[in-house]
Amino acid sequence: MKDIRAGSAALWMLFIFGLSAPTYGQAGGSPGNQETAGANLTLKSTAPIETDLTGNWVSIINADWRWRMLPPPKGDYASIPINAEGKRVADTWDPAKDQAAGEQCRSYGAPAIMRVPERLHITWQDDNTLKVETDAGQQVRLLHFIGWQAPHGAPAWQGDSVAKWEPGGTIKNKAGGEISRPKYGALQVTTTHIRPGYLRKNGVPYSANTELVEYWNLNREPNGAQWLVITAVVHDPTYLQEDWITALDFRKEPDSSKWDPQPCSARW
Amino acid sequence: MSICQCFCGRANIVHPYFAALALIATVWSAPARAEIDLSGNWAARIHQDWQERTPGPEIVDYMGLPINNEARAKALSYQASELSMPERQCMYYPPAYLAFGPFGFKMWSEFDSSTGKILVWKMTGEIDIAGTSIWMDGRPHPSRNAPHTFGGFTTGTWEGDVLVTYTTHFKAGYLRRNGVPLSDEATMTRHFARHGDLLTITEYIDDPVYLTEPEVVSRTWQMDLKMQVTTVPGPCNPEAEVARLTGDVVPHYLPGKNPFVGELTKLYNIPEETILGGAETMYPEYRKKLKDTYVPPARCVRYCCGWTLASQANTLKCIGIGFSTLDAPLGR
Repeated sequence: MKDIRAGSAALWMLFIFGLSAPTYGQAGGSPGNQETAGANLTLKSTAPIETDLTGNWVSIINADWRWRMLPPPKGDYASIPINAEGKRVADTWDPAKDQAAGEQCRSYGAPAIMRVPERLHITWQDDNTLKVETDAGQQVRLLHFIGWQAPHGAPAWQGDSVAKWEPGGTIKNKAGGEISRPKYGALQVTTTHIRPGYLRKNGVPYSANTELVEYWNLNREPNGAQWLVITAVVHDPTYLQEDWITALDFRKEPDSSKWDPQPCSARW
Repeated sequence: MSICQCFCGRANIVHPYFAALALIATVWSAPARAEIDLSGNWAARIHQDWQERTPGPEIVDYMGLPINNEARAKALSYQASELSMPERQCMYYPPAYLAFGPFGFKMWSEFDSSTGKILVWKMTGEIDIAGTSIWMDGRPHPSRNAPHTFGGFTTGTWEGDVLVTYTTHFKAGYLRRNGVPLSDEATMTRHFARHGDLLTITEYIDDPVYLTEPEVVSRTWQMDLKMQVTTVPGPCNPEAEVARLTGDVVPHYLPGKNPFVGELTKLYNIPEETILGGAETMYPEYRKKLKDTYVPPARCVRYCCGWTLASQANTLKCIGIGFSTLDAPLGR
């Protein structure tokens, strides 16, 4: 009996320590809660309290200006870690041919679209889908909550995107009540099944094997300005020597008055 | 009294002594929530602005910078030879240069022995910038009249897993390596967002003297377990590098005399008005000014593959020709 009681005490202590374990970890933040917390959770309901990505955003061209604001010359691959095959393909770039073939959206695919000078309009299509529209190239990205089943269709310019919050979002207790919802957090987006296209307007290619992983952070400045910062990792073993890692800045705008839809262009 | 006697007493009621012990254990074992660990050596991945960050920007290229006329005039007077003057050889760039230079950095924390909490996060670069101490104990910034240092004075707070810092009191210097100035009135807010082995730092730089709106830039570094960064800056011993600079000469261009103003126009057909920058050039609608008239060069002729050091093993290689002799090593 004494041993049993001692065992109970140890278990009780273990329970106490267990309760004190972190809800989500440090050093990378496990977003695991969203996978296990229950089927009634949505991308919207698990959003961190202070992280509202919806609204109108303008890209600020503060990096790679000459390569983004202007069509770079053929053969200009600075900053992109392409491999020999990537260079071979890029050297065959012919915008007239792309235009004639109806392939003028090649530089507007998911791995490139956020680098295009543009405005974004972000809305909730439904509770599990964040819709990102661009005025440049008139593209639409749909960021689906984990668990979404991608259709088995042909690859599309914007591919199939699955999103989750990091750190993990809402945790539910047995009664369905909300226990914890982070105040701050970032959206992690993984995109695959992308139609092959260009990383840069001058034909630097990405392949059908490309995986794009993004982290969308919302920052606030003392002057009240809100900024969307997207860290993007392009993984393409076909055409890159290593992952292409960039970070892009968008500032929130009060309205859509500067929205300026333009079709894709192979040359501009 | 045995543990069980206290803990498992009659009717299984927990003894207050152990309840208190359990509570203490709970508190002790609780992590410092929302404080992600930023410690480590962070290597630059120069997949943006390679030319600016490695060999250096064009001598007159202010595109995408929200500078005012005074900044433009000062930048146009700049000659890089001034860095060879003995009294300027050991000057550091302002802290904001972290995002504009090619280097990685080390980051570590130090604890307050009386509270057990992180007192300060420290950062050091390889060269060019002074170390930064990010004070986490809520201390105020110095008085407006306090001396300025190369590293400035920085405080930090956490917003979830993002470290937000605010820097003041750094010395005047350059925002870009081609002489675009930053004043000692400038301040900087930084956001440190770690995602796995990636660390993205966004800098928001305000300067009432030289900028018409904040300069904002984000860069990403990657954890590198093999990179070594010293925690103390190397020694700097100024000496006469150029004989003509040992007297009273300060290298400069007089107004209207900078011979490099038209260089980007010759190389890339970019209009001079655009090259001279300003906030207008940061926004997508600026492209409309250029769309109907701009003609790109037929082929890239310099800095075409900017990510290589062919002679060094285990680094990126420049594929094929592309004026690789002009390229510099992958920065760290």
